[in-house]
Amino acid sequence: MLKIAVLYPDLLGTYGDAGNGLVVAQRAERRGIDVSLTMVEMTDQIPEADLYLLGGGEDGPQRLACELLAGQEFAPRVADGAYVVAVCAGLQLLGQSFSIEGDAVVPGLGIVDVTTRRGSSRSVGDLLVSVGDHLLVGFENHGGVTMLGEGVEPLGALRLGRGNDGSVDGYCVDRIWATYAHGPVMALNPWFADTVLAAVLARPLEPLVTMADRLYAERCQTLLRG
Amino acid sequence: MVTRLSLRAHGGAIATRAVNWLSRLSGRGEGTVAGGRVGLAICPTLLQQLARGREIVLVSGTNGKTTTTAMVAAGWGGEVATNATGANMPAGHVAALVNSRSLRAVLEVDEAWLGQVVEAVQPAVVILLNLSRDQLDRANEVRQLAQRWRAVFSLRGQRDVTVIANANDPLVVFATANAAVQWCDVPTPWLSDATSCPNCTKPLARDSSSYGCSCGFTKPTTATTILRDELTVGGREVKLDLSLPGLFNRANAAMALSALDVLHVDLGNAAQRISTLERIAGRFETRRWKEHRIRLFLAKNPAGFTAALSTIGNTGSDVWVAINARGADGRDPSWLYDVPFELLKGHRVWCWGDRRLDLAARLDYGGVDVRVVDDERDVPVSSGVVTLLANYTAFSDFLAKSQSC
Ligand SMILES: [Zn+2]
Repeated sequence: MLKIAVLYPDLLGTYGDAGNGLVVAQRAERRGIDVSLTMVEMTDQIPEADLYLLGGGEDGPQRLACELLAGQEFAPRVADGAYVVAVCAGLQLLGQSFSIEGDAVVPGLGIVDVTTRRGSSRSVGDLLVSVGDHLLVGFENHGGVTMLGEGVEPLGALRLGRGNDGSVDGYCVDRIWATYAHGPVMALNPWFADTVLAAVLARPLEPLVTMADRLYAERCQTLLRG
Repeated sequence: MVTRLSLRAHGGAIATRAVNWLSRLSGRGEGTVAGGRVGLAICPTLLQQLARGREIVLVSGTNGKTTTTAMVAAGWGGEVATNATGANMPAGHVAALVNSRSLRAVLEVDEAWLGQVVEAVQPAVVILLNLSRDQLDRANEVRQLAQRWRAVFSLRGQRDVTVIANANDPLVVFATANAAVQWCDVPTPWLSDATSCPNCTKPLARDSSSYGCSCGFTKPTTATTILRDELTVGGREVKLDLSLPGLFNRANAAMALSALDVLHVDLGNAAQRISTLERIAGRFETRRWKEHRIRLFLAKNPAGFTAALSTIGNTGSDVWVAINARGADGRDPSWLYDVPFELLKGHRVWCWGDRRLDLAARLDYGGVDVRVVDDERDVPVSSGVVTLLANYTAFSDFLAKSQSC
């Protein structure tokens, strides 16, 4: 049984981010894999899971989500082998610190060596990132500038948009992927969902044809055209 | 005009009318915004001057503005100045007031413009329906909007305004903490944007009828309007038998009637007039297009879609969904994953619009029987009435090319 947990969709779900849970679960199920998908709300205990998903959220909810995660068995489970995909606010709160609500610096969970400060303007628009041989398409809407610590690899190089700092987007360490592409980034990028799924299952996956393939092709074409 | 305008405002009003007349003449649409813009450029205080001496109701909120505005206008009876075309920023308000000498006006106001418009027109009543995620690429954060509303109603000069507010929406309750409020306890299904306390962000505790937080923030208990199976306004039962579908329209009507009650309009008559409304700027209307008969729903965000989907039956009929991402729609359709499209299981669903593939992928992952067409002319004719759910520009396009049945 593959256990997927979407963490605090009631706090970190501003842009349909919970859709990532639906997408990974569906792509596993359609390959005959037994899946459980749990929406963990802020008053729940965090269950044990193979894959945790973190979404984006507004300032106050982001701070609250970070506090709740710090008080639970989250970081130890990640250290023990659980996988994580984090977008936007989720990307920021896994780091050492982030700035919100004016310029207050809030300590993050410290799981990844990155820090986020407030940028001079919001980054809003289409995002296109080269990740190895793949393109990652998405949409960003955030006010953060994220600096990666030594040894922390970005998810990929920017082709379009602002991402972390105008040159790269997200990060990829051990079993954690993070990106500023908010919302249903795994719906837009079937290859990304399958990369994560294959890693969690520790085996290659048979190909799967879905409507999302057409969507991905179209978005790539549109964004490459500029 | 109803009041004496300054010479400059007089010029602005004339220019507004002239530009709108020219724009209608040249077939470039209603021209309400173009005219209003020119008027405001000539006289920046034009809206203030046009509003002076009138009794004005403002309607704002994420969903139901246009419908509720039409309900206030209909319920009031007689001539009422209103921005029925949905041009809900100051240029549209100027055009609406230039076009009518009526001393009564009801204006729909964009959420982000509420502060400026309240200050300019000094309304008698403001209706605040709800606040939820909509076009986040422009408005960013819905909590910030609630903060801005709160600042508007904290100004001393604004204390005479009666605010008709939805007690079931925590963000609206937060926004009106310092206002003279009459609370409406009306069904509000979409609450995903206020699961944490608007005051302190801790989790809001909920049961079936109330919510509250340890910081003291809580649902107001003093509602003067209560909508269950029956509607009560100020202790009196009002018979409400709408032609328009859906519980959300009953909630809109309840809030419209609450505003009219403040203005001493006879509620029995007002409710009757509201009940005869069958369509509002094409919304909810059954229309004809080629061989198809189609019922139109405007749905532009998760709350709106959730409300519209709740009116579609379980099985059988075909459903069309059209999604664009042009200026007025917002450029980011991520919100499609916040809509419970799983409710469409059992229907055949046809998708078109600029973002038909985003939509189709969402429906496919939701287990819905979905077909994509590049052009809506490719959809085969269905025997019964089909339902079309469309966001703003897709809805407008379809309205323009279809006819009333
Ligand atoms: Zn609180």
